[in-house]
Amino acid sequence: MRTPDLIRFARDAATGNPLRTFLLVLAMAIGVAAVVVLTALGDGARRYVLNEFSSIGSNLVIVLPGRSQTGGFNPGNAITSTPRDLTVDDAQALLRASAVHRVAPLAVGTSEISVGGKLREVMVAGTTAEFIDVRRLVLAQGRFLPAGDWRRGASEAVIGAKVRDEMFGRQAALGQLVRIGDRRFRIVGVLAASGQGLGMNTDELVIVPVALAQAMFNSNTLFRILVEAASRDAIEPAKAQVAEIIRLRHEGEQDVTIITQDAVLATFDRLLGTMTLAVAGIAAISLAVAGILVMNVMLVSVAQRTAEIGLLKALGATSATIRNAFLTEAAMLSVAGAVLGFLLGQAGAAIIRQLYPAYPAFPPDWAVLAGLATALTTGIVFGVLPARQAARLDPVESLAKR
Amino acid sequence: MSAALIELAGIERVFHLGDSEVHALRRLDVSIAAGEYVAVMGPSGSGKSTLLNLIGLLDRPNAGVYRLEGRDVTTLSAEEQARVRSERIGFVFQSFHLVPRLTAGENIALPMILAGIAPAQRAERVARALGDYGLENRADHRPDQLSGGQRQRVAIARATIMQPAVILADEPTGNLDRATGEEVMRLLEALNENGVTLIVVTHDGSLGARARRQLLMEDGALQNDQSRSNRVIPEACVLPT
Repeated sequence: MRTPDLIRFARDAATGNPLRTFLLVLAMAIGVAAVVVLTALGDGARRYVLNEFSSIGSNLVIVLPGRSQTGGFNPGNAITSTPRDLTVDDAQALLRASAVHRVAPLAVGTSEISVGGKLREVMVAGTTAEFIDVRRLVLAQGRFLPAGDWRRGASEAVIGAKVRDEMFGRQAALGQLVRIGDRRFRIVGVLAASGQGLGMNTDELVIVPVALAQAMFNSNTLFRILVEAASRDAIEPAKAQVAEIIRLRHEGEQDVTIITQDAVLATFDRLLGTMTLAVAGIAAISLAVAGILVMNVMLVSVAQRTAEIGLLKALGATSATIRNAFLTEAAMLSVAGAVLGFLLGQAGAAIIRQLYPAYPAFPPDWAVLAGLATALTTGIVFGVLPARQAARLDPVESLAKR
Repeated sequence: MSAALIELAGIERVFHLGDSEVHALRRLDVSIAAGEYVAVMGPSGSGKSTLLNLIGLLDRPNAGVYRLEGRDVTTLSAEEQARVRSERIGFVFQSFHLVPRLTAGENIALPMILAGIAPAQRAERVARALGDYGLENRADHRPDQLSGGQRQRVAIARATIMQPAVILADEPTGNLDRATGEEVMRLLEALNENGVTLIVVTHDGSLGARARRQLLMEDGALQNDQSRSNRVIPEACVLPT
């Protein structure tokens, strides 16, 4: 039997019973669609978290006071006492490292901002002009803090988008004078709304020069030093150099923790990647169920078409031809189900992306390929038994059946 | 007798039904020459259908030798037997056995599809067969849109499309009315006149009488083997020769 004839014969056999074929294709499609959608969700979660981290800035090396810390970006860490505080001088010293591109000190505390009778609690971040580049923030209006001596600073503040909305409403914020704590500041810039940035929502942030923040909170400690390495490859050298400089400045004691964004990203990447894999595995069970359904339906089909099989044998079909015809039919149903399921799954993922634009629910390529491959494999593997049964039928008995 | 198309020697066929053994065929020796027109007759259970299935290579004997065109086909593998069926044997069944989802033309083409013949050649031969059997405007009809006679004509066209040496017909008129049955038999006999060996299984005496040779089966054995030439003196056959 020629291959095109075989395919046509199998197609006619499949379309000869539309309801059976439809249900089978549907079952297969649901299995594949489940794999596609669930992995899209899982991988979407991974991408979402990675995006969140990336939004902090790239090639970032973060210096935390204290030896080994597990807290991450917790503002509460600002209060913890450590043997030696990180200071603005420490931060400035880091600029000497060759692998370091930019440095931004960060002092954090909470205070009140008031203007025109409105009062609001805000998080105040004391930093320098480099902060906007290191953290990859975008300004909506005005300008950022001016570059200059880190130990001084004009009474100028940059506010987050939400703070601006709540304090000023429709009025212009730029150039306005506000009171933060017991000092007066002039608003020179407004950050673009982002909503992102783990642990510290920049929309609700007020940024002031680091010297003024330290004065405001009556402390000379820093919450963090953000270091941007010169390039991706320079992250590790930067980390080593930063550690060495701080160690020398702190009388030979290694009393800071240095984390790289890459390490955090890699951990999350692994964690969520594994989760996606697990979800894909669960979805694959539905494919196995669909495979068993293929077998069941094909067995029924063999039983229903016994007379036809006997006839084909009488007309000179070999066992191999009969087996191939049934295998081809099973494979075609699986392919149709897999393709339909793929389209349904992609459509489902697209709907999720429409509903939650921030959530990048794209199914990963490997999952789509694995889903399609599993569908085909199960369809064919579970098609083997019915096909063999059809091939083994005795022609005399088959022809007698009607 | 090497010229014989079909040569059966010492054929035994035993079926096991539970504990009991049923001898469908007992030590059968039959020889059929090319171009013969043979009717296999006998009551039901006499083994005539089993004989036809054996000749058609759908069944294997438990003992004995079957030579088709001088070649021992009992020892062939299933694949080789399928090939012989495809090229040398055509079947016509009582219940037509057309594939319901295929059109008349597609049903006729089925043996050629299974044999792997190129589509162009198939189309040409199907067109010729449709013409030969008066089915030109029925080519795209499905079996359920055809009359009984038309269905059997499609079946005969299918049986002959591979130009077999022998046509095996199992009660070919069993599901047809008298006039249509007559028409179908004439088609089969016309094929026989063109040199195709025709073997018809029937329990209809008048149908069997049309054949030039009758094989009368009873209890799995050949009761009587008479040729029409003997019937010039019908009484003679009563006497054992």
